[in-house]
Amino acid sequence: MAPRPAAPAINPADLAGKVTSPAATVAKKPAAAAGAAADDSSPLFGRRVWLGVAWTAFSAASAAALAATGRFMYPNLINEPPSQFKIGLPDDYGLGVDERFKETMGVWIVRTADDVAQHASGFYALLVTCTHLGCTPNYLSAESKFKCPCHGSGFRTSGINFEGPAPRPLERARIVLADDGQILVDKSRKFQFELGQWEDPEAFLKA
Amino acid sequence: MAVETKTVQPQEPALTRFWNSLTETQVWKSVFRHNRPDNDRNRVLVMLSNVFLHMHPVRIRKSGVKLRYTWCMGGLSFFLFLVLTFTGLLLMFYYRPTLEYAYSDIVGLREHVPLGIMREMHRWGAHAMVITVWLHMFRVFMTGSYKPPREFNWSVGVVMLVLTLLLSFTGYLLPWDQLAIWAITVGSNMARATPFLGYEGPGAQLLALGDVKLVHAGSDVRFALLGGTFVGEGALLRFYVLHCVGLPLGIAVLMAVHFWRVRKDGGISGPM
Repeated sequence: MAPRPAAPAINPADLAGKVTSPAATVAKKPAAAAGAAADDSSPLFGRRVWLGVAWTAFSAASAAALAATGRFMYPNLINEPPSQFKIGLPDDYGLGVDERFKETMGVWIVRTADDVAQHASGFYALLVTCTHLGCTPNYLSAESKFKCPCHGSGFRTSGINFEGPAPRPLERARIVLADDGQILVDKSRKFQFELGQWEDPEAFLKA
Repeated sequence: MAVETKTVQPQEPALTRFWNSLTETQVWKSVFRHNRPDNDRNRVLVMLSNVFLHMHPVRIRKSGVKLRYTWCMGGLSFFLFLVLTFTGLLLMFYYRPTLEYAYSDIVGLREHVPLGIMREMHRWGAHAMVITVWLHMFRVFMTGSYKPPREFNWSVGVVMLVLTLLLSFTGYLLPWDQLAIWAITVGSNMARATPFLGYEGPGAQLLALGDVKLVHAGSDVRFALLGGTFVGEGALLRFYVLHCVGLPLGIAVLMAVHFWRVRKDGGISGPM
């Protein structure tokens, strides 16, 4: 077996330029490697420049495809209930917790004679999401409390937590009177008791 | 008068003759390109010329087959993965991942399908695989088998542990009963707190254009997981696809790397 010829000294710049032909690597001087290759037959670009353009375009296209794949996971339309909805006239509700929108819209409509935050009579909309880990509590009318079946958090009808692991009261949604006299609930705006937001005029509908 | 003598060759048993003629056929020779594994060279060729067997090393240390050293937990994990793949494939013939059918299909798998234990085998197999994977990791740790040159394979194993847990987590939702829905609600709420990517996570508020939040309940990483802002039909379908296709594909590729690396890193580690 013939001894292997000594490996030619390879210029790192040539490697970076993805030149694969050993003959070209040996023949070219570093000065030629920096600019467009003089011995290249291409009329517009040298091979190295062309490869740079090609790799850049390929990388950009791959990045765009990746971004498009990510965007694909976020549909433009989702089949979920609207965040704003009308729930009828104030006269439709008696005092206490009303569960008719719990399943469909995810709120309890509560009519109270004296609210803990606003010290007036009227309505508030409590979100049915437990502030511990996000389960839906049950309303126990005999005990006048919301009780979460997952880990046992308990809330007064005001929404304030008093037992179990829940760290803060239930959240209230924006509740206002619409032009046609109906109550409008807007879940996209939430009010948190511990931030003093229950004092906000739109967190409570006086009636 | 000359006595006629006749040499009688001892007749080979019928089975041997059949075997010999079978192994002489072109079909046999096209499949098995080695002679009978009755010497070292042929035994090596058996391993090298079979795509399934070549994952396994030709020779292993005596200690490598010692049950009290390996506990066979890696092998058992792989076996359970095969069981789960097979039973899971069978379940897919009956299960539809929609709000309307998911729960009743699961009940039907027990009540209306012959061998109603198929779903239980999948479920218990899944529990067992989580246990064996943890025990495998424990064994590898206690025997110091994560040390060089095996650090990379340990890292591959850690990723596979996470994939095993994610397979378990995604499969948990599919029965679509109360336990499933609320367990996934609680579990996926953790994704809200992902740094930058979850809308309640640290740094999420920084990603905003003026007053417009870029990361909100409809655009964060939890949404990508659930296909909605709560555990609903989108979550069921996405978890189904991840459970049946995405995650098994990923773990299968990593398993191939893992087994191959065991061999390349010097085989199963021996007692120190």
